Amino acid sequence: MPWNRKHLLTIEELSLEEIAQIHATAAAFKKILGRSVKKVPVLRGKTIVNLFLEPSTRTRMAFDMAAKRLSADVIAFDAASSSTTKGETLRDTAQNIQALNADMIVIRHAASGSPLYLSKILTIPVINAGDGAHEHPTQGLLDTFTMQEHLGSLRGRKVVILGDILFSRVARSNIHALVKMGAAVTLVGPSTLVPGWFTAMGVAVSHDLKSALADAEVVMLLRIQHERQRESHFPSIGEYTSMFGLNQARASWLNPRAIIMHPGPINRGVEIDSDLADGARSVILEQVTNGIAVRMAVLYLCAGYQPEQVIASTR
Amino acid sequence: MPLLWIRHARVIDPATGRDAEGDLFVRDGRMVASLAPAERKRARQIDARGLVAAPGLVDLHVHFREPGQTRKETIGSGTRAAAVGGFTTVVCMPNTTPPADNAGTIQFIHDAIRRDAVVKVLPTGCITLGQKGEALAPIGSLKRAGVVAITDDGDCVQSNELMRRALEYAKMFDLPIMDHCQDRSMTVGSVMNEGVISTRLGLRGWPHAAEDLIVARNVILSSYTGAHIHLQHLTSKASVEIVRRAKADGIRITAEATPHHLALTEDALGTYDTHFKMNPPLRTEADRQALVAGLRDGTIDCIATDHAPHTPDEKDREFDHAPNGILGLETALPVVLGVLMRRHRFTLARVVDLMTRRPATLLGLEAGSLAPGAPADICLFDPEESWRYEAKSGASKSRNSPWDGQMLQGRVAFTIVDGRTVFRRGHIVGD
Repeated sequence: MPWNRKHLLTIEELSLEEIAQIHATAAAFKKILGRSVKKVPVLRGKTIVNLFLEPSTRTRMAFDMAAKRLSADVIAFDAASSSTTKGETLRDTAQNIQALNADMIVIRHAASGSPLYLSKILTIPVINAGDGAHEHPTQGLLDTFTMQEHLGSLRGRKVVILGDILFSRVARSNIHALVKMGAAVTLVGPSTLVPGWFTAMGVAVSHDLKSALADAEVVMLLRIQHERQRESHFPSIGEYTSMFGLNQARASWLNPRAIIMHPGPINRGVEIDSDLADGARSVILEQVTNGIAVRMAVLYLCAGYQPEQVIASTR
Repeated sequence: MPLLWIRHARVIDPATGRDAEGDLFVRDGRMVASLAPAERKRARQIDARGLVAAPGLVDLHVHFREPGQTRKETIGSGTRAAAVGGFTTVVCMPNTTPPADNAGTIQFIHDAIRRDAVVKVLPTGCITLGQKGEALAPIGSLKRAGVVAITDDGDCVQSNELMRRALEYAKMFDLPIMDHCQDRSMTVGSVMNEGVISTRLGLRGWPHAAEDLIVARNVILSSYTGAHIHLQHLTSKASVEIVRRAKADGIRITAEATPHHLALTEDALGTYDTHFKMNPPLRTEADRQALVAGLRDGTIDCIATDHAPHTPDEKDREFDHAPNGILGLETALPVVLGVLMRRHRFTLARVVDLMTRRPATLLGLEAGSLAPGAPADICLFDPEESWRYEAKSGASKSRNSPWDGQMLQGRVAFTIVDGRTVFRRGHIVGD
């Protein structure tokens, strides 16, 4: 089936085939990242606006880099110095960006559902770079891309996502992608941050770290935010680490060839010990690198190219 | 001497148990048993063949936004929406700007009613100053100024001690307290029902337990003080059960349910459409069923709309940032007929009862009856007529309705207040 999606709003709405198309396109783009000339001219003359209304380092830089590798012009929208601080609505901001002849908009927003909202207002493609606690589709795509590089097919693979699931858009996008790809997903963390409602998304929920990690082939850690402690989701960072932090002893419960993942930013010594984050099983920095290739693929496809054109495009 | 003769209607008057083909007679704004032959010749006649003649509908829960928020609605526009919907008596909430927490503001509202209203509007006053939940409003002065109940509306009084004193104090004036039951500490930042769908959508959940807690608190305080508490817009199955037990124990608790909580569930929220965002939120199918059961067995006393206008630009926002609330008055009757009569097999007379006699009785209002001597507040409607509701063509200043653009079945033909026709077949009389 040809790719005919203009926006990338969620992984939930993607088919397995579409996920595979993005992954295949990303694999082709990844090859050019190692070249001395890393640019391809496919989006030359196009302007992409990064509308980041919430702080971000990694995602924003990766989108920036991905767009530049595709030869697009990139305009970063700085929330702090913009009219949004003067009370301009998201609709007006976005319509102004479109009126400035932007060809694509990448949005990061604290309110869940805002990329969908923009997609209904605008005629240009809208790429979700993280909306509230809802989805972060490119992260889910790059995470599953990275898993596949190490494990091959994810069908039947045991994947554990550990940490603050309730407030995590990364978790939700990974859940949707992994379930579609046939992985056996277990969510682990304190009961306050991993409510049983998640089982309706096709995953298991556990509060017992040892049984959940047993023989897992992927463990993905999520950042623990101090704010959740203030909201009484758990008693203290110290208690969280003692109950759910990943350390060497606990990592020994994993499958011997398991990989350790983290979308960043890491709280070293909180959700994961430094030696594990930097150790041989960690693929945390590979995730970052793959993030460029996956975002190149997403921008490329949503700009109107087909997956099979990518070989010619990167030649 | 203005005379009115409504002929060949199906008259449904729960207050007198009447449900039969027949005529209605009005003299000088009041219902009369009959008109003399000479009077009949002079009377204005309405041929109501095919129409139901019911008491004018009564709504205990509307927001007319005046003073202070008149971009959303005014008493003039709100009462026109009421007339379009067949309502002849509405009770308006005090969350205006400034809040109606003093006799002067109530007087201002009364002045606007006298000047602009086309149906009867009865104001409520605040329980606490500024709806802040800190100090009692001058409840006695509010009563003297003409409020029919007190409520802090969406700002549910959190302090149990303050609520207890308010109840004791208001009881002295025989003034009911209406409460929007919401524990604040459990609902910080919440925008929809907490559960599977909020989890999937990544939206902050509003657990029904936060309603149940305050419902239970109110039952306990009503029992302790003997004061009448009216629970606004119940939404949760557990709350319905708490009220059912309280009523069995003879506690002075009454409750309402809205058309939207009866007709819709949280399943409607999948696309983050802010026209389904309200407080309390849409809940699950099990909760919805419990509300229907509560209306069936009398646990829930009546229907109230919580008509809450917001301008299009206010609703046209990110879901988290859009205000809570939807329009209700112009769609209430067809929506309730659809849910209760067509879907859940309530009789038409029962539906009429829930929207007329019951709410009127609950506040002791002179409304909701077609008995001789009663004010001639009458709603003539065709329960079968299908029509497309277009919010932009409605009488409200706002358009925030989940039924915008949809076909509805059941349509008001005439709304009559004190014997005067204020709405006739699609038009407000005199506008």
